[in-house]
Amino acid sequence: MRAVTWHGRHDVRVDSVPDPEIVNPRDAIIKVTATAICGSDLHLYDGYIPGMRAGDILGHENMGEVVEVGAKSTLKKGQRVVIPFTISCGSCFFCSKLQFSACDNSNPAETADPSEIAYGHSMGGAFGYAHLTGGYAGGQAEYLRVPYSDVGPIIIPDGLEDDEVLFLSDILPTGWQAAVNCDIEPGDTVAVWGCGPVGLFAIQSALVLGAHRVIAIDHYPRRLELAKSMGAEILNYEEVDVREALNEMTGGIGPDACIDAVGMESHGLSIDNLIDTAKAHTFLGTDRPHALRQAILACRKGGRVSIPGVYGGMADKFPIGALMEKGLTVKSGQTHVQKFGKQLLEMIGEGKLDTTFMISHRASLEDGPAMYRHWHDEQNDYTKIVLKPQMAKGDVKETRELADVSF
Amino acid sequence: MARAPERPSIMDSHSAQRAVLGAGALLATVGAAFFFATRSKNDPNERLISDAPKWTLRDKPKGKKGALIGRSVTINLPRQEVYARWRDFTRFPDFMDNVRSVEKLDERRTKWTIEAPAGKTVELLTETTHDVPGERIAWRSVEGSQITTAGEALFSNAPPGRGTVVQLVMTYVPPAGTLGKLIAKVFQREPNIQARRDLRRFKQLLETGEVTVNASPSARKSESPTEARI
Repeated sequence: MRAVTWHGRHDVRVDSVPDPEIVNPRDAIIKVTATAICGSDLHLYDGYIPGMRAGDILGHENMGEVVEVGAKSTLKKGQRVVIPFTISCGSCFFCSKLQFSACDNSNPAETADPSEIAYGHSMGGAFGYAHLTGGYAGGQAEYLRVPYSDVGPIIIPDGLEDDEVLFLSDILPTGWQAAVNCDIEPGDTVAVWGCGPVGLFAIQSALVLGAHRVIAIDHYPRRLELAKSMGAEILNYEEVDVREALNEMTGGIGPDACIDAVGMESHGLSIDNLIDTAKAHTFLGTDRPHALRQAILACRKGGRVSIPGVYGGMADKFPIGALMEKGLTVKSGQTHVQKFGKQLLEMIGEGKLDTTFMISHRASLEDGPAMYRHWHDEQNDYTKIVLKPQMAKGDVKETRELADVSF
Repeated sequence: MARAPERPSIMDSHSAQRAVLGAGALLATVGAAFFFATRSKNDPNERLISDAPKWTLRDKPKGKKGALIGRSVTINLPRQEVYARWRDFTRFPDFMDNVRSVEKLDERRTKWTIEAPAGKTVELLTETTHDVPGERIAWRSVEGSQITTAGEALFSNAPPGRGTVVQLVMTYVPPAGTLGKLIAKVFQREPNIQARRDLRRFKQLLETGEVTVNASPSARKSESPTEARI
């Protein structure tokens, strides 16, 4: 089969690779019909995530048709399913508490050591995201092996298009969890840093969850326009001093809740050998949490800071004093996708959530490498890219409505 | 206050030193006394007060080679069931790296065939020295074993509703010479890595019914989609 693979910094290719096979009884194999490129895939593209190996298949936002099932799978051939990016066993302590991204069993023994050494405990498994998360192949390919297929996959009923439900795999529940973690109360103003796909879903979710007002911060005009279309007031940080603006817009108190949907900055992590370096001197302080620092300083006293943005290592000059003295509550974490799947699918079916508005481009797997380059270099025009294995090479569909937008 | 009588313990430095004298010498019986810290290595009169198990001590008790290693895991099943699953030694190859087969020789003695580099195998012969159902299984290597080791598995209740804590405690003394180097490679330079991985897989097997494996495709010609990879 053909698959989008990582070969080094800024080096993504399409290779012919073996098809996946059933290995454990609870496995299933899906034929991929749609797979998206994530903002966190850019960290892999930029070479900032340790543990990637040349030849790894990328892709953790996947959906498709069940074509093969293991002896203990509950899926049936022909079902259309969306696959959560988190691989979760369903029966460990963490899965039982619905903390699915913390699954104790999905990271194999061979790969669990590095994250245990770096973070104190090993991370749960995920698709297509380096060996920290288990070294599983991703789904930017024609077929995907899905472990614990009785726990993860969301079965999609007829009547919903692929594009409407694809983001149940990651970014929609991520934005949703970010908003849930704000513990929104009536009258609340929620500020969101980052108008990428996760930020946009966080804005939408915050309003659905009852926020009185959402203020969104970014600098790409197209992304700010999308945020505005979702009902947010917008701030371009190249135009205004964000903290002063937020204070003045909230009558001096500051936002009640702040969402950091930006995550680790450019410099990221520079680790060659995972285990040795992690053991030698736990990660060097190279994450640059500009947005998070700002969010902590901007948040009102006693307010809430919600961190869906991905971080990997240590942060310099972290305003722990402001956090403590203002009595902030911080909630964070990789998304517990399986916790929200059913509820969000229902809301999509009832038209309560708009899930396709941000898709700017659709292309074949063969155009994957070019799409990665555009996703990285032209973030104003490329707001979300969906790859479809059945599309032909060169057939890139751009959503013209977005291109015509002007203020 | 009366002191508990001194019992030879796997971590007592004198016993470990006796063990390395002479090839294949036995280690002393593993005693439950090592479970709790009692004495500081440097000052025999100084009593250590921490409640943590001995293998977490900063000054790890050890002889010339056989350091004490220990590792705990919590498994979401009742204690008797977890004990029973461990008790069936013949299933160890299901979740232990390098263990090719386990054969019961008689009620107390077991033969282990361990994979070594370059397609070789080494034989470990052990006898079970203690078996308290639901609580403890202890073993040590016997005469004729190519590897000298001793260890025990301890089973206790986790906090209510959380299942069972399994603690694997062991040490080994590799024989001298090239065979010793081979054995060291088999057990890796840090046997606690082995214990950690084996316990992790035991937990996966009991909680999920499977040993977790990341076997899946890649563009690397040396790999197959049905084999686990590091």
